[in-house]
Amino acid sequence: MKKINWTVVLAGVVVGVAALILSGLGNPANMGFCIACFERDIAGTLGLHSAAVVQYMRPEIIGLVLGAMIMALVKGEFRAKGGSSPATRFLLGALVMIGALVFLGCPLRMVLRLGGGDLNALLALVGFALGIFVGTLFLKRGFSLKRSYTLAASEGFVLPAVLLIAGALFLIVPSLFRISTEGPGSQHAPFLIALLIAAVVGALAQRARLCMVGGLRDAMMFKDFKLLYGFAAILIVTILGKLALGGLGWGKLTPFKLGFAEQPVAHSNHVWSFLGMALAGWGSVLLGGCPLRQLILSGEGNGDSAVAVFGMIAGAAISHNFGLAGKGGAAAAEAVSTNAKVVILCGFVILLAISLINLPKGAKKQA
Amino acid sequence: MVDARGYSCPIPVVMVQRAVKTDDPKSLTVLVDEQVCVENVTRFANAAGYKVTVSRDGDDYRMELTK
Repeated sequence: MKKINWTVVLAGVVVGVAALILSGLGNPANMGFCIACFERDIAGTLGLHSAAVVQYMRPEIIGLVLGAMIMALVKGEFRAKGGSSPATRFLLGALVMIGALVFLGCPLRMVLRLGGGDLNALLALVGFALGIFVGTLFLKRGFSLKRSYTLAASEGFVLPAVLLIAGALFLIVPSLFRISTEGPGSQHAPFLIALLIAAVVGALAQRARLCMVGGLRDAMMFKDFKLLYGFAAILIVTILGKLALGGLGWGKLTPFKLGFAEQPVAHSNHVWSFLGMALAGWGSVLLGGCPLRQLILSGEGNGDSAVAVFGMIAGAAISHNFGLAGKGGAAAAEAVSTNAKVVILCGFVILLAISLINLPKGAKKQA
Repeated sequence: MVDARGYSCPIPVVMVQRAVKTDDPKSLTVLVDEQVCVENVTRFANAAGYKVTVSRDGDDYRMELTK
């Protein structure tokens, strides 16, 4: 019965290759894709936060959503729905973002960082897995954010349309936006190429149901390893690509570098990387998928996921306005602020409350 | 009967898992409204020893699990 799902493997390989290409064409190192970082950059370019080094209209986010939308429309899977605890999802999106930005990466970038040899991501992965495990304990006891309902088709097009218009405006009237002149926000692949690559990835991720949280979650809950193949494929392709292409010095791709010290856009505060990604993992399980998956589901017409994406953008703004994001390149002791530590710990309390409140009646006794 | 319409995965799979665990039924009807849930419930049901037949019911899917 251990059949390998080749669609997922293919999607994983394509994500890995796409990330290598995007990094080679100018995206920050080990950041071919990073849903958290790129939504944070979009929050910055819109002026929702003032961190000058992380402001850019990332076409990858737009492409992922549009690619998933086109594929869902073609396959007859586009369906506008919503109404499953939207405010809670907004809050969860914000908390997932805050946790991810303490570590400096969404679950996808965590895999890309690992693939680049950044061992700081290893402890984050352990935290992430622990967060997912805690989330599955509540899923098993019947946790849900309640059902959604079919809505008018227009609901499903809100996020794709907003992103499309924002992207078009950015190209036509760039002076409206804040654009980083230094730092990660200033490093980016050419806009239209990145948009196209991301659209292909979005379409494939839609077919494969690719999800960084789903892989570990399904393995823990159902011994179903389907989605983990995607996770593994991304990691292997990244390692091989960084060794081969990075070693050859292709484009702006940095070579594979094993270790903890001086990793790009990273820090070595392991305790808080661990806790940040534990928060992101737990929150993502409650949302039903990782930040990438939320984008793909938004493209399929899921208004609840669109709300989660808006929540993540708001979370990014909060992160930078209150100094919660990890400081890349800083010494471990200075990389995570006191504010961030307080918010992460409060975040766990909030997740626990959401997890308990949304259990079915009587579940606590059964458990 | 498990009515998982409106729920996103993995919740429908958990609902089926709980129904199978408590009653171990010979047959079970599951309603879902997403293709991805059809795939996920089918994978779970097959692993649990059920045969699955799926039919469209308007916008929804009706899954018959039999052992």
